[in-house]
Amino acid sequence: VQAHKEGSLQKQREMNGHTVVPHSYDYDLIVIGGGSGGLAAAKEAAKYEKKVMVLDFVTPTPLGNSWGLGGTCVNVGCIPKKLMHQAALLGQALQDSRKFGWQFPEEVKHNWMTMTESVQNYIGSLNWGYRVALREKKVTYENAYGEFVGPHTVKATNKRGVEKLYTAEKFLIATGERPRYLGIPGDKEYCISSDDLFSLPYCPGKTLVVGASYVALECAGFLAGIGLDVTVMVRSILLRGFDQDIANKIGEYMEEHGINFIREFVPIKVEQIEEGTPGILKVTSKSTRGNEIIEGEYNTVLLAIGRDACTRKIGLDKVGVIINEKTGKIPVNDKEQTNVPYIYAIGDILQDKLELTPVAIQAGRLLVRRLYAGATTK
Amino acid sequence: GKNEYDLLVIGGGSGGLACAKEAAQFGRKVAVLDYVEPSPQGTKWGLGGTCVNVGCIPKKLMHQAALLGSALKDAQHYGWNIAQPVHHTWSVMAQAVQNYVKSLNWGHRVQLQDKKVKYFNMQGSFSDPHTIRGLTKAGKETIVTAENIVIATGGRPKYPTHTAGALEYGITSDDLFWLKESPRKTLTPFVFNVSLECAGFLTGIGLDTTVMMRSIPLPFFPYQQQMASLVTEHMECYGTKFLKRCFPTKVEKLESNKLQVTWKNNDLGTEETDCFDTVMWAVGRAPDIKTLNLDAVGVKTNSETGKIIVDASEATSVPHIYAIGDITEGRPELTPTAIAAGKLLARRLFGQSSELMDYDNVPTTVFTPLEYGCVGLSEEAAVQHYGSDNIEV
Repeated sequence: VQAHKEGSLQKQREMNGHTVVPHSYDYDLIVIGGGSGGLAAAKEAAKYEKKVMVLDFVTPTPLGNSWGLGGTCVNVGCIPKKLMHQAALLGQALQDSRKFGWQFPEEVKHNWMTMTESVQNYIGSLNWGYRVALREKKVTYENAYGEFVGPHTVKATNKRGVEKLYTAEKFLIATGERPRYLGIPGDKEYCISSDDLFSLPYCPGKTLVVGASYVALECAGFLAGIGLDVTVMVRSILLRGFDQDIANKIGEYMEEHGINFIREFVPIKVEQIEEGTPGILKVTSKSTRGNEIIEGEYNTVLLAIGRDACTRKIGLDKVGVIINEKTGKIPVNDKEQTNVPYIYAIGDILQDKLELTPVAIQAGRLLVRRLYAGATTK
Repeated sequence: GKNEYDLLVIGGGSGGLACAKEAAQFGRKVAVLDYVEPSPQGTKWGLGGTCVNVGCIPKKLMHQAALLGSALKDAQHYGWNIAQPVHHTWSVMAQAVQNYVKSLNWGHRVQLQDKKVKYFNMQGSFSDPHTIRGLTKAGKETIVTAENIVIATGGRPKYPTHTAGALEYGITSDDLFWLKESPRKTLTPFVFNVSLECAGFLTGIGLDTTVMMRSIPLPFFPYQQQMASLVTEHMECYGTKFLKRCFPTKVEKLESNKLQVTWKNNDLGTEETDCFDTVMWAVGRAPDIKTLNLDAVGVKTNSETGKIIVDASEATSVPHIYAIGDITEGRPELTPTAIAAGKLLARRLFGQSSELMDYDNVPTTVFTPLEYGCVGLSEEAAVQHYGSDNIEV
């Protein structure tokens, strides 16, 4: 009888329309990952009166840093980045305003703590806002680490180690990514990443930014804009994948505005010379072209060399979801469906898709409308 | 006899200079006449026209000064240690703006020289379809003849006709940007984008500013009413005062040198007064054709607006006489369109081109503190044109 039921269920599911779901599952939809994509999808599904659960959990950074509901964009991405970028732009506006008649003393200093506290308070309000929104829309939220343990089943582990099992008819993976480390001595002990920067409880001081991604350049940009001594260490080219004409213009502009660039070098060792907040770190780097070794001292080393998808430790093998072994990304069809028909994926973890919040949000909403509202738009 | 110049341009503003410089590229003999009749308050300026001297350029710089004031307030929250409130000094800003404008005047003169365009600082008027009589400030006369003549004399601010004391005691945008001292407490009747933009930046730099509006809805055409409301609400939030449904009846000067303005409040049916340091009229602009002597050659103008009537190729009713820019009937009063029209006209006259200026869908922006940019039809115009059933908002 069970097999027959599941067989006819499968047939019904294959029809593009409303299906009668028997109450054999705990939830209609479980979303793993409460970021831009996951939350948008969950809230949209709740509109269609579906029983939805969101599992969100932040594995602390090597330095012990963590954050609330909302994902990368809200906590350690777009939002704090844009606010700190604005702080830097306001510094420039300050300089210009004198010529336009505004009067104030010659030197204006920037206070890192004031800025960071404002930014963190704002993020806190967003975390809170999301929790309220989920509650209002009757979406069940658990601050727990979700991983698949069998067909239609996830195990949720909270930070105290308590485990619970949940079943759902459909799943949406939206676990996003985390910054990559270099894999050299001292990287995890002494270096920070964007996961740490926006809530750093002390001014980073003289900073070495390793990487040439937009994350690296944006951070280097605003750190210099608030008056810090910034160096960017680039292995090969700037902004790989972007128009190189523009990338070079950006590099030139940054250099003209006082940011140092060390080109064609990679760090091979990071040591602590002095403890402190910040302390002093010694970075040893090797040329990519020959055997030249250079050393430099910095208060902070910020690694921005790429991000890795959070797909390797969520039990995908237990349900047979295929991932790209090399990149960890999940290939999906044009309906965001993985190779397992009841498991979908959106956001930064997707193979060959743009890693952007608005894209994830839109994909999440459209997916849910296709699943539950008979829509066809992709 | 043979005409002295291939092209004579009357008016050295955005349109006129662009046309002259483009024609010179084709190796033609070109001359430009530019002359600024001082404002009733005595303000005058150099080569470049309205945009450069008393329009877009100084307006945008002062708007920027106001925006920077907002940025300064925000900066504190972003960690910048700056004591509030920060004070603004008009004379520092005005001098910087005026120096910048003067550098542009200079730049234009150098450019004309480089391109071998002859420049006359004279007021031109028609003697016949190919002859212009140029008059210097001192009264010296020069006769100039040309095969083709382009009129690009633009416009000047109007003064209200029914308010006693308006001319004697009030200023306009022609004067505002050249004030050496702060205008301090200012009243700006009425509501055209000029008065809103000026009121916006005056408030932004910390001055007590009041806008007087005659009627509701706001005469904001071709803009959209909804946007007009958003703009004015924003200004009200940030401290600009609005006197709605009021019409000034007289302006008097007090012993203290302050201006006492009396107005009718149409809502309450009462008369009210208050004192201001400056009254800046923004009641529209009139085409500058008085001294051109257009009747002598028969160039037709619109009887209501006074603007010169032109066809799609910028030709007036008289062969070989053209007009571009703010002086032409039915065209947007914008610098970029005047420049483009001027260049295309020169290319049609001297460069074998037949391309006409396309005036459709020209984007524009009102630089009030809440900046309003638009292109194409407003919602009202769209509804009128296509019917509300065919519009998706």
